[in-house]
Amino acid sequence: MAERRYIGQSTPRVEDDALLRGKARFVDDLTAPGVLHAAFLRSPVAHARLLGLDLEEARAIPGVVAILTLADLKDVLTEERLPLQFISKTLPPDITPYVLAKDEMLYVGEPVAVVLADSRATAEDAASIIGIDLEEMTPVGDLRAAVEPDAPPVCSTRAGNVCEAFEVGYADVDAAFREAAHSVRLSMNQHRGGAHPIEGRGILAEPDAGGGLVVRSSTQLAHEARAFLVALLDLDENRLRVVTPDVGGGFGAKFLLYPEEVVASAAALLLGRPVKWIEDRREHFLAAIQERDQLWEIEAACDAEGRLLGVRGSMIHDAGAYVPQGINLAYNAVTAYPGPYVLPAYHMDVRVGMTNKVPTIPVRGAGYPEGTFAMERTLDALAARVGIDRVEIRRRNLVPAESIPYATPLKSRSGAGITYDSGDFPALLDQVLEAIDHAGFEARRAEAARAGRRLGIGVACGIKGTGRGPYESAIVRVGRSGKVTVFTGAMPMGQGLKTAMAQICGDALGLPPDRIEVICGDTGTIPLGIGGFASRQTVVAGSSVARASAAVREKAIRIAAHLLEADGGDIELVDGEARVKGTNVGIDLRAIAASAHGSPGYALPPGVDPGLEASENFMPKGLTYGMGAHAVEVAVDEETGLVTLTRYAVVNDCGRAINPRMVEAQIHGGVVHGIGNALFEYMDYDDQAQPVTTTLADYLMVTAPEVPRIDVRIAEYPSPLNPLGVKGVGEAGCLPVAPAIASAVEDALGVREAAIQRVPLSPPDLIDLLRARAADAA
Amino acid sequence: MNDGTMTGDQDGGAAQRFDVTMTVNGIERTASCEGRRNLVDFLRHDLHLTGSHVGCEHGVCGACTVLVDDHAVRGCLMLAVQAEGRRVETIEGLSPEDGPLSDLPRLFAEQYALQCGFCTPGILMTLREVIRDTPDAGETELREALSGNLCRCTGYQNIVDAALAALALMRDGGEGA
Amino acid sequence: MKPAPFRYHAPGAFDEALAMMGDLDNAKALAGGQSLMAMLNLRYAMPDHLVDLNGIEALRGISDGPDGIAIGAMTRQRVLERDSLLAMRAPIFAEALRHVGHLQTRNRGTIGGSLCHLDPAAELPVLAMLHDAVLRVRSAARGERSLDMAAFPAFYMTPSLEPDELLVGLSFMPWPEGTRHAFLEVARRHGDFAIVAVGCLVALDGKGAIDRAAIVLGGIGPAPIRLTAGEAMLRGERPGIELFRAVGAEAAGLEAMGDSAYSAGYRQHLAGVLVRRALQRACPSEAGVIS
Ligand code: FES
Ligand code: FES
Repeated sequence: MAERRYIGQSTPRVEDDALLRGKARFVDDLTAPGVLHAAFLRSPVAHARLLGLDLEEARAIPGVVAILTLADLKDVLTEERLPLQFISKTLPPDITPYVLAKDEMLYVGEPVAVVLADSRATAEDAASIIGIDLEEMTPVGDLRAAVEPDAPPVCSTRAGNVCEAFEVGYADVDAAFREAAHSVRLSMNQHRGGAHPIEGRGILAEPDAGGGLVVRSSTQLAHEARAFLVALLDLDENRLRVVTPDVGGGFGAKFLLYPEEVVASAAALLLGRPVKWIEDRREHFLAAIQERDQLWEIEAACDAEGRLLGVRGSMIHDAGAYVPQGINLAYNAVTAYPGPYVLPAYHMDVRVGMTNKVPTIPVRGAGYPEGTFAMERTLDALAARVGIDRVEIRRRNLVPAESIPYATPLKSRSGAGITYDSGDFPALLDQVLEAIDHAGFEARRAEAARAGRRLGIGVACGIKGTGRGPYESAIVRVGRSGKVTVFTGAMPMGQGLKTAMAQICGDALGLPPDRIEVICGDTGTIPLGIGGFASRQTVVAGSSVARASAAVREKAIRIAAHLLEADGGDIELVDGEARVKGTNVGIDLRAIAASAHGSPGYALPPGVDPGLEASENFMPKGLTYGMGAHAVEVAVDEETGLVTLTRYAVVNDCGRAINPRMVEAQIHGGVVHGIGNALFEYMDYDDQAQPVTTTLADYLMVTAPEVPRIDVRIAEYPSPLNPLGVKGVGEAGCLPVAPAIASAVEDALGVREAAIQRVPLSPPDLIDLLRARAADAA
Repeated sequence: MNDGTMTGDQDGGAAQRFDVTMTVNGIERTASCEGRRNLVDFLRHDLHLTGSHVGCEHGVCGACTVLVDDHAVRGCLMLAVQAEGRRVETIEGLSPEDGPLSDLPRLFAEQYALQCGFCTPGILMTLREVIRDTPDAGETELREALSGNLCRCTGYQNIVDAALAALALMRDGGEGA
Repeated sequence: MKPAPFRYHAPGAFDEALAMMGDLDNAKALAGGQSLMAMLNLRYAMPDHLVDLNGIEALRGISDGPDGIAIGAMTRQRVLERDSLLAMRAPIFAEALRHVGHLQTRNRGTIGGSLCHLDPAAELPVLAMLHDAVLRVRSAARGERSLDMAAFPAFYMTPSLEPDELLVGLSFMPWPEGTRHAFLEVARRHGDFAIVAVGCLVALDGKGAIDRAAIVLGGIGPAPIRLTAGEAMLRGERPGIELFRAVGAEAAGLEAMGDSAYSAGYRQHLAGVLVRRALQRACPSEAGVIS
């Protein structure tokens, strides 16, 4: 085993130098000779029959090369609709989006036609004057109304607006209620807006002379995108290469092959010219996926001491107008509900409802934040009912350390059991209380009260399944130059993935990370790959890189032993060299690689197959679960409804930190995303399902002044499920933020029983809540 | 702009074009663009300085922030023609071409103050003015000064820490920015 | 998200600009551009001509004269924020300007642009109304006219300007030295347009009674609203928390506009709270508040 010199260290990020010099290359930084710029004509209304387009005037604009509709793309498309991303036996076949709208438009922003022109401005000029002949149909905007049996249909050809209904649960929940000492009911309206990476989506599709295509896309799934494009465009796999340039954040929005990408690729083939489309922010609001709404109705029962006995209820999930991916978001949310707690009986009825709004797929957190919110609010409500402290009820219900590994009665989407593989949940809770100085809180509260400020404290826990399979690819190669390159299908979107992979490889090969090149998300350099989602990459790709690197190491040592006429056991890899320990006899990687590559006519070293490289596709046996405990202190202005966060602490289990500062930084970002969901981000629609918040002035993303210092403490309970022991942290930070803040706000106001059941919590909501309570009291 | 650089046809042509000249990172640059071209698109697509980014095109995200005559401005809310004859600084000019990173970007790396790095150029350029004008800024002032820059990745804390470190360095006689 | 085509004009002198505004059809004046440019990019505004005022030196500057303080329409918000004359004679400007957008937008944004854009919750129109500013407006055809800030808003986000008119600047008599002031607003995030904003000026007489007061609210009506009834309640009275509460209650009774995010009721509620708090903040010792 190699010495750990880089894993566990906060080594500098290999990504930074180019980014800090303005030399990184994001998709909009790329161009191609003769490139055409795309702008889309989009549905102006939420639901209408598309009768026709008047393109004449638009086509006449100088610089406009083509305006294409679905019919025009027929020749290069095998299908009119996108394939469903996750295989499903239960979803109806007509549920995925069209490449371009056919005869019915189902949400505002749905792409209808594409203009290709010599500049984006000209393309927009043309798109803005296309006449669109439509017959308006009844839009379905309200989720609760949408799933009623007599609701008008979201799509005229579908039977009803519930695309799938399912149950999740175990044990006899009604019996649990019969035994219960206390029970509570909650009706939660949860909203999580959009993903909003600062870089939107974008694509540059370039045809090559041989009828093939090179697609550069700001995506989280290069290989998946290739697979879908190959199918839709009927191209040979070897004729289509998807390359991901630097990606300016994803957060879920780029984990989908979108109609716009198919259109740009198809148009490039059809016209034989490069086509570029860069999503603007308004398009991100209208046409990039969101997570949006879930309506939870639950009833929870506990014993006299506040121990959970059972929970039952229902949830309606807003899928939007199409289902491009699957029902994973709804499924995750309800299976995340029990969280790190022991829940003896559970039953949920879930309906996935359609609305005339843009489709939903996971945004950072992927349903876990909703499940977490529901559970944490449940515990607060029960604590009030039982009359015990909010921290105490959590302690009583957390899975005890001695029960880990803990097999919950639930199954994940893949059908595998949900098992919490390592950790000590009560210990993390204790640590976060210490981090926020919970013991000193009452003194702080009293002091603030003297200055007229109302402080409150809230604590919440969450647990995230990370490292989703089926596998991720890695090839580690020492080239003839002696240079080490790691190739992987994993997709960096800002996490520092290249750094982490270089650290892992560096330990095996005795090379500093900055001397290892990591190439990600290029289907031309590695045949297999899955991509970036579900906090999976350090776990899955990291394990592949670790194993492939170990294999290369082993081979390098074997060859070096042969060349140096030494015993393999005496050889160490240091600084790009294989050295006989305790001597200065050595040979560099270049010579070793050269030997493994061979010379014409000469034999390779005995027992060595050609090349100094190894390939690995690690397949995790199950998700690995990292628990996080959050504590927040808030000051509430009860006259204005404004909430100010004054302290924030997180303890999160990451299994093993490859790069502690990068882990912390992921948590920071997650927490702030969670603050947005708790207090700010709301994607508003009017009663015609017209989006109302279509600029970043109206849709409130958190800025620096709204954020307190966040004290992040890393806990390391290595996972037994992968060779590195790591767990993912990309999403963890955002899970328990909203319920922790809700709890703290209530604490500040002396409100009990989890009265806050709707997020984001806005100042007027808070004023209404206080008024309602004042009225109740009177 | 009234010095004869306007090449737009005078009546009714579809596109009114200008030859625009400005000093970018110390070098005089000229390119032709439409009147409606904004400054950040001009820098990115006409001068091929793609380090400044575009995140919203409606003046909220700050990714397009560049310095014009030493002041941080939103490159999407200013026309390229309006920068005629001005001094523009972008991220490409922050560090010497073949030398090490200058202080502020170096501190960003040291503090893990960037993740995807898409917002970073705008934040660096904003901080250049802040550090120069308010050398005594504390955390609260820095956070306020950064309120015009959105970052989806970092949660801001490490950015604030990098800026605090830059201020401290400057007080110790370093360049800081 | 690119603007529709327009013809760009960069007059070097004000008369030239006025002539253009008179001659060109569907022309829009470009001041700091911090709202207009966004509206152009979003194609919410689609003028045929854009007349850029940034090259007109004469429209810039802050001066002290017999008519009080005069501010040129093209004076940038950043200059107002840091101006020493304003800091001395109208310190509420610096206090309010901290809330105006962000560093980057204040570096470009102008007072004239803000007054003409007339966002109902914008800070600068509140300040202009608070100081009973007189606005000078000029056209090539009809020359110059003056109007009170109170008469400037025509309706929602629309000033009483003819298509050929441009704002020259504003002037106001500063309040006496020692005038108390406060500017408060509730916004969701730092730098956002306020939900409700309140500015107040309170001048005390030699005996500690209120000699004169001005209170203006933004975000309540389509344009800033002067709380005249509240001002009258203050006049001649000694500052005190009960009095301020009563004035706040008066503000809460104003008719307010609402939207899907912030109802009229919430805005009224904020008006009451903020007016009371602004007065308390302006007169902390009298109101028994530790400031
Ligand atoms: S792109 Fe200019 S502020 Fe967002
Ligand atoms: S680092 Fe990604 S947006 Fe700031």
